[in-house]
Amino acid sequence: MNTLLVAPSPHQKHPMSTQRIMLCVLVSLLPAVIAAGIYFGLRAILLILTCVTASVAIEGWCRILMKRPQTISDLSAAVTGLILALNLPVTIPIWQALIGCFVAIAVVKQLFGGLGQNFANPAIVGRIVLMLSFTGNMTTWAIPRYWKEAGADVVTGATPLVTESASYRDLFLGNTGGCIGETCAIGLILGGLYLIFRGIISPSTPIAYLGSFALLTFIAGNDVPYQLMAGGLLLGAFFMATDYVTTPITCKGKIVFGIGCGVLTFLIRQFGGYPEGVSFSILLMNILTPYIDRFTAEKPIGAVYESKKKEEQTNA
Amino acid sequence: MIKKLHGVHLPHKKDTEHKECVHIPLPKTVKIPMLMNMGAPCTPLVKVGDTVTVGQKIGDTDAFFSVPVHASVSGTVTAITDHLGANGATCKAVEIETDGKQTVCPDLKPPVITDRESLAKAVRESGVVGLGGAGFPTHIKLNPKTKIDTLLINGAECEPYITSDYRQMVESPEDIINGIKLLMQHLDIPKAKIGIENNKPEAVKVLVQMADQYPEIDIAPLPTTYPQGAEKVMIYNTTGRIVKEGQLPSDVGVIVMNVSTVAFIYRYAQTGMPLTERRLTIDGDTIKNPCNLIVPIGTSVAEALEFAKCDTDRVKKLISGGPMMGMCLYTPDTPICKPNNAILAFEHITEVEETACIRCGRCMRACPLRLMPTELEKAYKTKNVEALQKFKLGLCMNCGSCTFVCPAGHKLAETNQLAKALLPRK
Repeated sequence: MNTLLVAPSPHQKHPMSTQRIMLCVLVSLLPAVIAAGIYFGLRAILLILTCVTASVAIEGWCRILMKRPQTISDLSAAVTGLILALNLPVTIPIWQALIGCFVAIAVVKQLFGGLGQNFANPAIVGRIVLMLSFTGNMTTWAIPRYWKEAGADVVTGATPLVTESASYRDLFLGNTGGCIGETCAIGLILGGLYLIFRGIISPSTPIAYLGSFALLTFIAGNDVPYQLMAGGLLLGAFFMATDYVTTPITCKGKIVFGIGCGVLTFLIRQFGGYPEGVSFSILLMNILTPYIDRFTAEKPIGAVYESKKKEEQTNA
Repeated sequence: MIKKLHGVHLPHKKDTEHKECVHIPLPKTVKIPMLMNMGAPCTPLVKVGDTVTVGQKIGDTDAFFSVPVHASVSGTVTAITDHLGANGATCKAVEIETDGKQTVCPDLKPPVITDRESLAKAVRESGVVGLGGAGFPTHIKLNPKTKIDTLLINGAECEPYITSDYRQMVESPEDIINGIKLLMQHLDIPKAKIGIENNKPEAVKVLVQMADQYPEIDIAPLPTTYPQGAEKVMIYNTTGRIVKEGQLPSDVGVIVMNVSTVAFIYRYAQTGMPLTERRLTIDGDTIKNPCNLIVPIGTSVAEALEFAKCDTDRVKKLISGGPMMGMCLYTPDTPICKPNNAILAFEHITEVEETACIRCGRCMRACPLRLMPTELEKAYKTKNVEALQKFKLGLCMNCGSCTFVCPAGHKLAETNQLAKALLPRK
């Protein structure tokens, strides 16, 4: 007989790994990527590939520079790159997109200690930095299939959040202006459902987020389905507000987080200076995450706490 | 309907479900450790050269929290050696060369059981400990300080591979029912429940039929989630009662006993034959003939493996018990002990590299007691005893669900066990 291996129990392992989780997220974003290709053409695909490759490369270099074990194979950098790309307009210059990737991976993720340590969602901060630095480029929206229009230049239009003129059908299918990955509602919903059914994300965050937002929109007398499908809400609710690292770990916390995001998004869209508030609200809630976790921690079954123990003793 | 506790879904792998228990050929020698259960080790009562008979007491102790040890074969004591158990504890072990006659000890007679004291005394004398794996001396449970209203019989067998309790339920359900009646009568317990995971419909059916004439015995089918058979989990899932930190099941009016234990107590009450043999499952990917065996206590694991046609050259990990909570054996020349419900021999072992925690929360959702293994891990790394106490490390029962589900490959259950050493002793 061989030398026997002696290790503590358990001796079995569920096949789910970090890499597989990230792969599932990439797969779930495929419909959005395809929609981006259909409506915004080859340049959208090129933008996605650039962001993904750049994010992975930046993560690899950071790990080498910091003399830390290599982590690009966990695919988390690829996910960040992809989500960031989906949050950009098709017309953005590539070098600006690269700055976004650098901020997301190097500054937000690696400088804080890498995967699992960052307090804010890297893709969201990347997007916000670009938004504040290159506001013009970040708010120029190409109309879908712009290359079919007359003239060589990209024909631009406004986001449906501003114009409020798109039809439900166009919003549902994604045939409207906006960031390349946010327009196709059906693709995002399919991807989100896939993640829920694979057990990757809990449905509570998107339900709380979309639910609270819809309720407030309804009370304010706005067009609820329109507001839900326009802008980056679905992309944010399913793919960014459900990021493990930067959102609450507790079940109740996820609901609190979702409601917080919903309220903030509504407030920004309704009263704020920006047409879109998804990324700002998720970032704000990211910052509150440790506090939400602390106040929503579940009491273990059968736990007895010291103060109560003393009370019981005095009572007895 | 009571809300059930969290659990994880494991592949059942009950390959030996339909394999009837067979007696292993009598081994040439047995090695009987003086400590096979939780508690104090026994002192050998025999010396080298003594002739012993089946059921003869060969080790005992004055300690209350322990049980005597009996010879499982008839033959001659050849040596008394030091034995290093799988749990790292050393004790004496009596080695007996069998004479093949299996002469039964002439002093054995059925115990006289009239009340609670005589029952507890008889159960201690029988040498029985929890046969489900933990090895808790059974007689301790029979002296509750509080009023017991439910006798809970554990037939969950939630670990993958193991089917020894299942075979007990299917092969001799009458022993279980009679054992329950015996305990209920002498301990004055009004009702009994048998908790069985619903992946064992045959066992549920047989016991429901058997218990039909006894309205006080209830069969409770439970969802097939691990760790359904953990004492606290089963109490909660069948009665809705919570065993608090530092409490015993008897504090909430429940005594929990494994199906095999209760069946053995009945047989002992009838025959007076102490615990000298037990059922166990042999399985794993190196075993050509996965089977259920009845072996004399002290039989070497190697012999059981040989009987099950194990390809010993391929074995890389040998586990005593189930894959979730079982202990690794460092050599196959280990005797089979009283609480040993399975031997698993594996070649293919999944080893995962540890990566950063991504805060996915799977460990928390898997934990039946809703602990936060990831927080406990952080507290252990910084040796923060206060946080370990705040997050209730003491409640962890090492079921291993958190380690099982962790996508980052963290050994959370192991960390909890290590962290327990940091807690101040009470």
